[in-house]
Amino acid sequence: MIRMAQRGAARPVWMERPTGVGRGARAVVLTVVVLVVLFPFLTVLSTSLSSEQELTAHGGFVLFPIHPTLAAYQAIMAGGIVTRAVTVSFGITTVGTLLSLACTAAMAYALSRPVIGRRPVLLMVLFTFLFAPGIIPVYLVVRQLGMLNTYQSLIIPTLVNAFNLVVLRSFFMGVPRDLVDSATMDGASELSILTRIMLPLSKGVLAVIGLFYAVAYWNAFFNAILYLNDTAKWPLQLVLRLYVLQGQPMPGTADVVQGTEMPAPQAIEMAVVVIAVVPILLAYPFLQRYFTKGVLTGAIKG
Amino acid sequence: VGVTKMGRARGDASLVRDRARRRPSLLTRIKNDRMLLLLMLPGVVYFLVFFYLPLLGNVVAFEEYLPYLGFVDSPFVGLDNFANMLSNPDFYGALRNTLEISLLQLLLYFPAPIGLALVLNSLISIPLRRFVQSIVLLPHFISWVIIVALFQQVLGGDGALNSLLRGHDLATFNVMTNPGTFKFLVTSQVIWKDTGWGTIIFLAALANIDSSLYEAAAVDGASRWRRLWHVTLPGIIGVTILLLILRLGNILSVGFEQIVLQRDAVGAGAGEVLDTFVYWHGVLGGDWGLSAAVGLVKGVVGAVLVLSANRIAHLLGQEGIYR
Repeated sequence: MIRMAQRGAARPVWMERPTGVGRGARAVVLTVVVLVVLFPFLTVLSTSLSSEQELTAHGGFVLFPIHPTLAAYQAIMAGGIVTRAVTVSFGITTVGTLLSLACTAAMAYALSRPVIGRRPVLLMVLFTFLFAPGIIPVYLVVRQLGMLNTYQSLIIPTLVNAFNLVVLRSFFMGVPRDLVDSATMDGASELSILTRIMLPLSKGVLAVIGLFYAVAYWNAFFNAILYLNDTAKWPLQLVLRLYVLQGQPMPGTADVVQGTEMPAPQAIEMAVVVIAVVPILLAYPFLQRYFTKGVLTGAIKG
Repeated sequence: VGVTKMGRARGDASLVRDRARRRPSLLTRIKNDRMLLLLMLPGVVYFLVFFYLPLLGNVVAFEEYLPYLGFVDSPFVGLDNFANMLSNPDFYGALRNTLEISLLQLLLYFPAPIGLALVLNSLISIPLRRFVQSIVLLPHFISWVIIVALFQQVLGGDGALNSLLRGHDLATFNVMTNPGTFKFLVTSQVIWKDTGWGTIIFLAALANIDSSLYEAAAVDGASRWRRLWHVTLPGIIGVTILLLILRLGNILSVGFEQIVLQRDAVGAGAGEVLDTFVYWHGVLGGDWGLSAAVGLVKGVVGAVLVLSANRIAHLLGQEGIYR
């Protein structure tokens, strides 16, 4: 009992004991919610691990494969279109995240200082929340800059996220002024204040914003479908769409795995889905920690 | 104390000089701030080129845009594009679909995070709450392509649902390609993806409610339902209205990525929304003027709705999104 109270998990004295019906209803609701979220992931994983015979024996749907096989993964990772798309997506995500983070942090820091022109620039950023310029004008600008069919078009048009910028700026504003003032007194330049004081102090929030950018670049589909015609440059999300959603047969997978039996097309499709989800799952524990602990909620509320 | 005395002793002339030194010329200030200005330059250029230039680029909506002539030299046609928009039956179809999906989302998706947040908030065990929260938050970070693939795997022709139906010799139906249920399908996908994400802000609001209010209400004999009505709901009404305003501003945007992925499976009649209309007629069809006009109307309507909803919230005594 004492331990429960210490963990803040005890029922306050004034609260009634929960009724049996109430507890049951809550248990049912939460169980259903959790299952509905997890079930699709499970079926995708199982299908990707199933063999052709097992899938045909069960009418195309297997929940727990009895003889799991990695053949589908070997087939798509042995070179060919998926391997290339994974490489492209990794490259875009890495370069894009670093560039976005650098530009966002630099601008957020400048706007957290009493710099000339701060008010108009801040207004300029905040106005973007109210009005969206529209797909067509942005597309025409990207085209006139000659960025169609280039990898830059997947990064530059979404370089700085106004929301991330505002969050990071308010974090920088929260750093005690004395720190900055004494550094200025010691003759530190603004750049070294940013790199030696601000950035080390804001590792946590930088990590979250970096992860946000990374997830956005990894998941990005909008820029790619608008600006890339050249299928050789396609990132993973577009390849997924073509072969999984539109059901095109995937070229260059049949002849790769020699001496073994050809994996089922459905298993290959689902293996691509798994590969696209895994990086998100790896980043997720870090992302999720910041939300369930409520670190960013203050910033979200404004 | 010594400093003040010295300041007083210096007399008026030096004070004037001080004031002059405190407001240096624009050029000096720019020179002094050059490092900071340099730091914000990439970001400022980004916003100018990819937000404000396209904003000006909306003149395309009043032009017969010719790619080889560009923004400036294309012939001006006044409101012709808007007239074409209003006489295009496809536009009305897209508008109707957009509004119907928005309305469904308002009715079915909007309350979902509030309900889930109330259930989570009523849990006494913190670890259990964290566990459920970390599960339901996950889909928010999954891309639309994958979400559609997941739904296909569960509800599609070869998916879990239909193989279950086949196994029991029942009639099968493919939810993913059925135009009649398309709007419910996309709404349920939004619910699946973002209900957990939506609970964050409500849980924060619930955590901010002073627990002594509950205690006082309980001492005064209020039942759990009366406490919900008189303490909990007033505590989250502000944030609910704020989110409603934002939702209203997005009433004409129902997620380009989500719809564009599934439009072909059900056909344009059921699956076309304003954003995909713009994409098909503009980027794919080359009818730049018409699609820019639709995009401009969409943007203006959204901004006007947010501003007026914010005004109404103020009239009702709520905070809204800004003052």
